Amino acid sequence: MASPRLRASLCQLFVVVACLSSTCLALYEDQVGVRDWHQQYIGRVKHAVFQTQGTGRKRVVVATEQNAIASLNLRTGDIYWRHVLGETDNIDALEISMGKYVLTLSKGNTVRAWHLPDGALIWETRIQAFQGFNLGLIKLPVDIDGDKVNDLFVYSGSILTAISGADGATLWRVDAAGSKNIFIEKVVLAPEEGKAYGLGFFGIMGVALVEIDLKTGDLSDLKSAELSSMLSTEHLHVTSDYAVALQSDAESLVVALINSHKELIVVETPVSSILTNPGTSLKLLSTNLEGVISLSSDDQTVILKVDPTTGKLSLVERLTGAVAVSDSLSVLDDKYATAIVEFSEEGSAQNVFNLRVKGNDFSDEVQKETVKLPSHRGFIQKAFLNAYVRTDRSHGFRALVVGEDDSLSLLQQGEVVWTREDGLASIVDASPAELPLEKDGVSVAEVEHDLAEWLKGHIMKMKATLFLATPDELAAVQRARLNQADKTKHTRDHNGFRKLLVVLTKAGKISALHTGDGHVVWSLLVPSLRASYGNPRFSPLKIFQWQVPHQHALDENPVVLILAQADPGYDVKGALSWIDVHKGTELQSVKLSYSVTQVVTTPVTDSSEQRLHLLIDNRKRAHLFPATEESLALFLKYKENAYFYEVDKADQKMHGYGLLDLVDPSTGNIKEGYVFESRKLWSIVFPAETESITTVVTRKSDEVTHTQTKVLSNRDILFKYLNKNLVFVATVAPKDKSQVGAVSPEEKTLVVYLVDTVTGRILHRVSHPNMQGPVHAVLSENWVVYHYFNLRQHRYEMSVLEIYDQSRLPDKGVIQLMLGQHNSSVPISSYSPVNLEVKQQSYFFTFTVKTMTVTSTAKGITAKQLLLGTVNDQVLALDKRLFDPRRTLTPTPAEQEEGILPLTDSIPISPQSYLTHSYQVEGLRGLLTIPARLESTSLVFAYGLDLFYTHTAPSKIYDSLTEDFSYALLLVTIVVLFLSIIVTYVLSERRELAEKWK
Amino acid sequence: MERGGKGARKWAVELHDAAHSSSSKDLPPDPLGFSRSMTDPEETVSGKQKKENEASWKQHKAWEAAQAPVKNLLMMGFMMWMAGSTVHLFSIGITFSALWQPVSALQSIGKVFEPFQDANTSLLLPKVAFTALNLAAMGLGLWKLNTLGLLPTHASDWLSNLAPPQSVEFSGGGSSILL
Repeated sequence: MASPRLRASLCQLFVVVACLSSTCLALYEDQVGVRDWHQQYIGRVKHAVFQTQGTGRKRVVVATEQNAIASLNLRTGDIYWRHVLGETDNIDALEISMGKYVLTLSKGNTVRAWHLPDGALIWETRIQAFQGFNLGLIKLPVDIDGDKVNDLFVYSGSILTAISGADGATLWRVDAAGSKNIFIEKVVLAPEEGKAYGLGFFGIMGVALVEIDLKTGDLSDLKSAELSSMLSTEHLHVTSDYAVALQSDAESLVVALINSHKELIVVETPVSSILTNPGTSLKLLSTNLEGVISLSSDDQTVILKVDPTTGKLSLVERLTGAVAVSDSLSVLDDKYATAIVEFSEEGSAQNVFNLRVKGNDFSDEVQKETVKLPSHRGFIQKAFLNAYVRTDRSHGFRALVVGEDDSLSLLQQGEVVWTREDGLASIVDASPAELPLEKDGVSVAEVEHDLAEWLKGHIMKMKATLFLATPDELAAVQRARLNQADKTKHTRDHNGFRKLLVVLTKAGKISALHTGDGHVVWSLLVPSLRASYGNPRFSPLKIFQWQVPHQHALDENPVVLILAQADPGYDVKGALSWIDVHKGTELQSVKLSYSVTQVVTTPVTDSSEQRLHLLIDNRKRAHLFPATEESLALFLKYKENAYFYEVDKADQKMHGYGLLDLVDPSTGNIKEGYVFESRKLWSIVFPAETESITTVVTRKSDEVTHTQTKVLSNRDILFKYLNKNLVFVATVAPKDKSQVGAVSPEEKTLVVYLVDTVTGRILHRVSHPNMQGPVHAVLSENWVVYHYFNLRQHRYEMSVLEIYDQSRLPDKGVIQLMLGQHNSSVPISSYSPVNLEVKQQSYFFTFTVKTMTVTSTAKGITAKQLLLGTVNDQVLALDKRLFDPRRTLTPTPAEQEEGILPLTDSIPISPQSYLTHSYQVEGLRGLLTIPARLESTSLVFAYGLDLFYTHTAPSKIYDSLTEDFSYALLLVTIVVLFLSIIVTYVLSERRELAEKWK
Repeated sequence: MERGGKGARKWAVELHDAAHSSSSKDLPPDPLGFSRSMTDPEETVSGKQKKENEASWKQHKAWEAAQAPVKNLLMMGFMMWMAGSTVHLFSIGITFSALWQPVSALQSIGKVFEPFQDANTSLLLPKVAFTALNLAAMGLGLWKLNTLGLLPTHASDWLSNLAPPQSVEFSGGGSSILL
């Protein structure tokens, strides 16, 4: 009698009861950290300033390429405070002034002062600047305005500005281009008090030197000299004695001497006399060295000493391999120290580096240490030196180094004191993977021990439930919850909560994070993506799940495929790399001689569960991977029904292609693999002069749908239109979408299309007048939810489209359906006629959205939640029930029973629906949802600068007991009940006997 | 005798019987505990009439037994009306008991009519009536089940868990992934 209807009704009942009992998703305070974790990162460090003098905590302030500034604890690497500036707010310079202010220069025109202990913004000032010129911030040794705070000096293009250190007021401003007709490239403090030298370009071929009076900003003593060719402005090395620059054609090194007569003498030295093989990437390594310069080419680095009188360059040291040179550090009045970190030898797991600290003029070596770093850190690319005074009053040195994987490590006395995995701040793509299965053979003793522990833990929990526990015990219970040992095991669990998150970072490093607590299980700096001599560097683009063993290949390890794009200018255009997810090793790699524009993941897998992929190159040819005979045979059977499409955002077109025959290797100039020619089948031309494509969204390829029907409260049935080849395209008109206010709201339109990518058929089109982008959308099952801006109402709006297939409605009686005589399980073709019904509704929405996705569960039975990355870098979970086009103002009782909410004009947001609760995922870029094995639960991974992971259960956890369920209480209750039954039975027997004898 | 009516004692022996003197002197005295007043008056009626009487009485009783479900039916109807039309524990319990009672009654139909089994009495009609009434009760239960929406009488009940159809064609792609 268990008819589906009964089951459905019961499920519905539970869902309704669950929804009525608690509609919020909120956590209690003590649940934070049980399921979720949050990691804060800062990104690749480009500037670092130490604050180690004085009595306060020792710290280092860093600025990163991800536009974050942070103060780190020098002992542990923990973040004291951190600020993430806007996306375009690049930090160009960083200084600490007077031991208490952190000064930053952004984009050359914004100077900010932050309070060092707590990171509060003290002042911010805007100055005039020229974009695209060398710029810098210098803290002055003088106090111009007499407020006992040393002032600052900013050069930006030709504009020189002095700023008050106390409040950021502009003290004076000079335009050197206007008054003296020179473009200042670099300013250094002069040996004399209150003076500075500015070096710049004069005309096209000239260099010029000016002396700047820091008190008044007067420019004087203009000197200039003519050069034979143009100079490269990127690396200009200026000291108070000389300036060194490379010619823009990298032919020779130019030294401009500033002698005691304040004349400018130019000496040019051909690079070929210094380096035998200059290569293509010649550059000055560090531009803040005292006494020497460092010039690096592809394969070697030379340290050159500049003779201050003649300008002659003499070789001090020639270093081969990867070298990082720090800026010179002033230790005592006249003493400078500079660190050189050179790669020494490669170990199997660790690389050995030599850290050498050189004294004045590089003549003496103050300190030499060898440091071992894990090999997945790659070469050291940047070094920042800091000195400390040892107990015997001599100077010791520590170095902060940035690895090839963007990690930050502190080296001291040959040891790595701490390391921050800051490469994880720039995740490019992420993919889930299963952990290995648990092996048999758990010892009995372990289980018994566990049992005792388990009981003890549960008794404590019970005491906590009954309010009998002491505060100490409560703390112990909380600790036990947070540090569950099984949470971080490296094996699969029954509920499917333990998984690996395979993340690919911008630096070409792939890491596997454990979902239990976010620790890194393994890391690999993918060898085939690293730059090497004569080979390009590869930028990683995407990860694909290559092999997901689940049926007959269970003993195989899962494998992911990385696609990378080569730097331009090489014959090699891309690379593929296969990584074993359990071992963290590269299995194989291929260099591609063509650019891959798209990757099509087909639904076909071969006998070892490797998924067949088609790589589409820029000539629209499809390359089949894995390139084996077996996969070719499998694919040939399937080829007739395989298509691919392309969205050309530049031309506002969409094209669909079908596959033709295999290209004959002899004629097609194909060296290896199987390549198919393609044929254009259809094109959609959007009106290019008006509309421009903003958003293209497809369904997640791994989405599981439970059923194709939707049952209404009156027991009618709707068929969902579950076409896997559906794509949602949003265009905005007019085309110039950038300028707000350039066109009146009446002229703006947003048009959305639903397109079948096999046939190119536009299945539905909706036009929203007076709306504009940016559009964020989610396509799942048979619905689309999208977010855009309403210009009329000046509010954001969200719309939902639900697509139903009328042509599949059964025209047969119940008896025939009982006998299975229906056409509903017949495979559908995109070429068959469709009769669609699209229901639509729109709502106002409060927030700007950064990214959007939808939860995914193992079988697709559970209701869905939309996950929105808000502008506050939080993750908001909203029930799909809120986006239901069948909502009405006054739903009937039957509709209410079905779970339809009364219609409201805006989507209600309760503070409890934030999955990230009190955290912020700074710089949120992507959301990944992973089904757990437990149907009710979906795992959510949010990444940006920070990482955040949690679980969400859109229909509440209906298939397992909550983690704070007290088993001990249940056990005790059962035992007590059982005992009381026995006792009362005995008592009643006795009583009865006594009665009978009366 | 009076004391026996209270139910505390099941039997009684009157050792000093007042009726003893009225009985015929030829006959030996009645055994202890035997009371003539307790014998059935019908036994004294002549045999044929007795048999006829018995048959009609049995017929009557059989009809009574056959009509017993009517009361039940009314009772059930009232309970169902009280239970309402939404699915919850009470309404499901009522409905299933309404379905089960007729079934169990029909199973024990032989037992119900066993006491009235006789060569002379025809039990066919009462049995038919009994069956019909029980079937009606069951129909009521089924009707209730249907109003609760627990009977698979709609297309949705047969198609609600239908797996999504396979797509014949497959397409992939999108905008260029190049940086």
